[in-house]
Amino acid sequence: MSVILVFLLVIAGFAGWWLSHQRLTSKPWLEQGVAGDFVGLDRSALPTAKIGLGVFLAVVGCLFSLFTSAYFMRMGLSDWQPLPLPRLLWLNTGLLLLSSVALQCAVVAARGGQTDMVRLGLATAGLTTLAFLAGQLMAWRQLTEDGYLLASNPANSFFYLITGMHGLHILGGLIGLGRTSIGAWSGTRPERLRLSVELCAMYWHFLLFIWLGIFAVLAGWAATFIDICQRLLT
Amino acid sequence: MAIALVLVLIVVGSVLFHLLSPWWWTPIASNWDYIDNTIIISFWITGVVFSAVVLFMAYCVFRFRHREGNRAAYEPENRRLESWLTIVTAVGVTALLVPGLFVWSRFVNVPSEAADVEVIGQQWQWSFRLPGKDGKLGTSDTRDVTADNPLGVAPKDPNGQDDVVVEAADLHLPVGKPVKVLLRSIDVLHDFYIPEFRAKMDMIPGSVTYFWFTPTRTGTFQVLCAELCGQGHPLMHGVVVVDTEQDYLAWLGQQQTFAQLSAPKQTGSANAPSGKTMASGLDVAAKLEPVEAR
Amino acid sequence: MVDVTPADAVPPAEVGEMELYHPHSWWTKYVFSQDAKVIAVQYSITATAIGLVALVLSWLMRLQLGFPGTFDFITPEAYYQFITMHGMIMVIYLLTALFLGGFGNYLIPLMVGARDMVFPYVNMLSYWIYLLAVLVLVSGFFAPGGPTGAGWTLYPPQAIMSGTPGGQDWGIILMLSSLILFIIGFTMGGLNYVVTVLQGRTRGMTLMRLPLTVWGIFTATVMALLAFPALFVACVMMLLDRVLGTSFFMPAIVEMGEQLQHNGGSPILFQHLFWFFGHPEVYIVALPAFGIVSDLISTHARKNIFGYRMMVWAIIAIGALSFVVWAHHMYVSGMHPYFGFFFATTTLIIAIPTAIKVYNWVLTLWRGDIHLTIPMLFALAFIVTFVNGGLTGLFLGNVVVDVPLSDTMFVVAHFHMVMGVAPILVIFGAIYHWYPKVTGRMLNEALGRFHFWVTFLGAYLIFFPMHYLGLMGIPRRYAELTDMNVMTESAHHLNSFISIMAFVVGFAQMVFLFNLIWSIRHGREAGGNPWRATTLEWQTPETPPAHGNFGKELPIVYRWAYDYSVPGAKEDFIPQNVPGSFAPSREPA
Repeated sequence: MSVILVFLLVIAGFAGWWLSHQRLTSKPWLEQGVAGDFVGLDRSALPTAKIGLGVFLAVVGCLFSLFTSAYFMRMGLSDWQPLPLPRLLWLNTGLLLLSSVALQCAVVAARGGQTDMVRLGLATAGLTTLAFLAGQLMAWRQLTEDGYLLASNPANSFFYLITGMHGLHILGGLIGLGRTSIGAWSGTRPERLRLSVELCAMYWHFLLFIWLGIFAVLAGWAATFIDICQRLLT
Repeated sequence: MAIALVLVLIVVGSVLFHLLSPWWWTPIASNWDYIDNTIIISFWITGVVFSAVVLFMAYCVFRFRHREGNRAAYEPENRRLESWLTIVTAVGVTALLVPGLFVWSRFVNVPSEAADVEVIGQQWQWSFRLPGKDGKLGTSDTRDVTADNPLGVAPKDPNGQDDVVVEAADLHLPVGKPVKVLLRSIDVLHDFYIPEFRAKMDMIPGSVTYFWFTPTRTGTFQVLCAELCGQGHPLMHGVVVVDTEQDYLAWLGQQQTFAQLSAPKQTGSANAPSGKTMASGLDVAAKLEPVEAR
Repeated sequence: MVDVTPADAVPPAEVGEMELYHPHSWWTKYVFSQDAKVIAVQYSITATAIGLVALVLSWLMRLQLGFPGTFDFITPEAYYQFITMHGMIMVIYLLTALFLGGFGNYLIPLMVGARDMVFPYVNMLSYWIYLLAVLVLVSGFFAPGGPTGAGWTLYPPQAIMSGTPGGQDWGIILMLSSLILFIIGFTMGGLNYVVTVLQGRTRGMTLMRLPLTVWGIFTATVMALLAFPALFVACVMMLLDRVLGTSFFMPAIVEMGEQLQHNGGSPILFQHLFWFFGHPEVYIVALPAFGIVSDLISTHARKNIFGYRMMVWAIIAIGALSFVVWAHHMYVSGMHPYFGFFFATTTLIIAIPTAIKVYNWVLTLWRGDIHLTIPMLFALAFIVTFVNGGLTGLFLGNVVVDVPLSDTMFVVAHFHMVMGVAPILVIFGAIYHWYPKVTGRMLNEALGRFHFWVTFLGAYLIFFPMHYLGLMGIPRRYAELTDMNVMTESAHHLNSFISIMAFVVGFAQMVFLFNLIWSIRHGREAGGNPWRATTLEWQTPETPPAHGNFGKELPIVYRWAYDYSVPGAKEDFIPQNVPGSFAPSREPA
């Protein structure tokens, strides 16, 4: 359970940092009759939707940390046989990276008010993401054809489970991306479009980060890394 | 008003119930009176806190109940009082925790002279295995379980050949000798629990868990399963008999070893388990069936 | 120190009109509504309805335990199905849903001075997914093989094996699917509750001016958002084990003489995941209750809550600590015994902030002006049952004491007292307190008092003696208490008594339901602020509050939520939105 505890520690760090700015040691009963002069205490200047997405991503991060925790705990048992990761995953990683970059370009374009560039960015991101999902499915098929079935070994089960879960989140993101694209083509208000593009980019960057994390775990680098850390400590 | 009276009655009633009711733990039969003592300490500390809080509340309700013209005092906080209460609580909690941790370290550290006994749980019966003359239990694996080898003892392990196998029958233990109970299951979670011994531990398929105790008096004790293990769970009883050394050796002499049991069948009578007073898994299943048929 | 300026100097609020979705038809107003208040009522009604199912199930179990062998239709199979569904419904579908989905939805926007939740559409979806989860859960009763009988902890391997009711039928699949749905739905709602507290607060509503109810629900929701994923992971993995034959949790197993396909899995892994959710879950239910009861006591004792800052810090401390105590549910699970030292210590440390909360409730009564209204009675009863159940928690948390007591009736008595009876008493108190705001009418007083006395005393008489059955060594989850040496004749009598009390308490709830329905039309008119309370929900222009809550302008908050009996003020309460300083505030001696 160490992965999830480390993750929660990070969350606790954020929460603690935020709480430390909320004057939790003040004596509210002494402050009667005042309304306006607590600067910065009312609410964050960030758009509410971004904060909402941030909270949601914390939950998603929690979910994948737990899968990783379970992965490491199960890995220690005797019947574990690591499976060879298909080369294709490198290509998929590149595709996902590309979609993230495209969305970042769209954000820059949206801030500059260049609607054409926004459309281009969104379309590129959508296509590369679809290609990523197709690539993941092909990786699954390769593995099944090579005899690495879902139930034949826990390493396989975890591979399908975690990549599948990640794919589902990407799929969910595509709905958001689709709605943003509709907005980009039908001409919503620029500030509104900018916000949705920023939200998409935020989600994509985070899922890319998650993907890199689980790729490292599934490829065994994470285990090696932890091993080295443990040896350094003892 | 009635509520103040009722609060007092709750405290008095609870304390009287605790002192006078016939429902109390069974007489202990193992060395774990440490655990009983820790429970007694816990009862004292928590009992005092419960009575104090509820009686204080009753007094407040009585004394400060609303009457015409009353007005509450204005007191947002009192740091000194709060700090004191925190310190007192911390002391109380430490007084509970420290003895508990000492006893726990005794509980998890098995004395070296403890004799191994293996308990195997399956739906819904108990079996046992004792090391033979070599003093070692042979290895085991759930994959080795067959009709002739119901406990899954590794057939090739030389240590396992002289192990005494007690399948679905009573276990006997000598009084006064520490026992390390190794727990194993071949299907679901079970929990080997004898109320008089106080100790218990889950058994997990795929791994071996343990606890230890020293039986302190002779007698016949009922084994209960304390982890939900399916429909037959409440019927999964067993028997442990604590004998004098002499009786124990006599019983041990009648038991069969793994090698004897896996040898080709001889005359039927020799294989019949002796002293069988417990329900076996099949009996339980048979008992459940008519129930299901209804 | 902030200087105390006269309120008149404060410029008017600059709160932009929120983009409210305005309903156009009856359907979008009352059924597919995006108004948090309607969603709250929908959540509450659904939770209460499924809670009634759980109540009936508890009666059926008590029939079997109190009068063994009398009722032929309660087979062991049925008994295990009853306990499983009862436990799961009460913990997740009733308590979690009612506190967060019901009270959270109703009270958060009103108490922080918002027009609605920040994401109303997602909020609506949250309810409908919750309803779907409940329907999937209930469909277990009609599936072949019936619902699962694995116990609410759903421990593998038995949960998905044929020796357990529903293990190889539909029962377990429906249960896991329903939980997964619930978690998805809850996450949608939970995002709303958290972000509304963060971003929806009206002008002047700093965190330290929030009523403790909001603090409790807010912290509980944050915890739930972080804890429920663990249950989600466990459910998904078990579902794969059951349906596709993977071996996450399933080791090599011989079932009734037959080798199963599974190999090498770890049942303990499931327990870690389950309790990583399961322990915070206790506080997810408890923290909203803590918050609500603080407000009930303060309002009805006409006194500010004693030690507000400590109360807030304690809520945060409990919330954080509750993530590092989960394995105290696993002392005898066969995990590494040295974990016991760590988890016993953290568990007992959590008792300290909890005790502080209890002291502060009781000290709020000291020199108060205690109005013994029905909400106050329920709050007092909560303290009694919570202290009782909390103290027995010190037994079970202290690792070695847990050894003889775990998996006995002591545990059953403990958690029913502390997270069954205690939070439900708060729910009742809260309903008597806020019903006038929701409907505009008071609940009937005489029926309410009858309901209180029977529920409180009955529940105490059920669960207090039950501890002693556990002390005798009577295990929990036994469909039959026969042929057992520990089960004396007198213990059987005690069990019959407990069963009879269970029926009495259950019937008192029918009186309560009748009161709820009857008072909608026939209750006394309540007016806007019948309890003379300070918090914003009582200051709405309309009662019940209209869509948008606060009329044209949002309230501005000038003070904390507990200005009761302020020296120098004419009334014994000053609402949060009233400007002006009434007394030279002074440090208490």
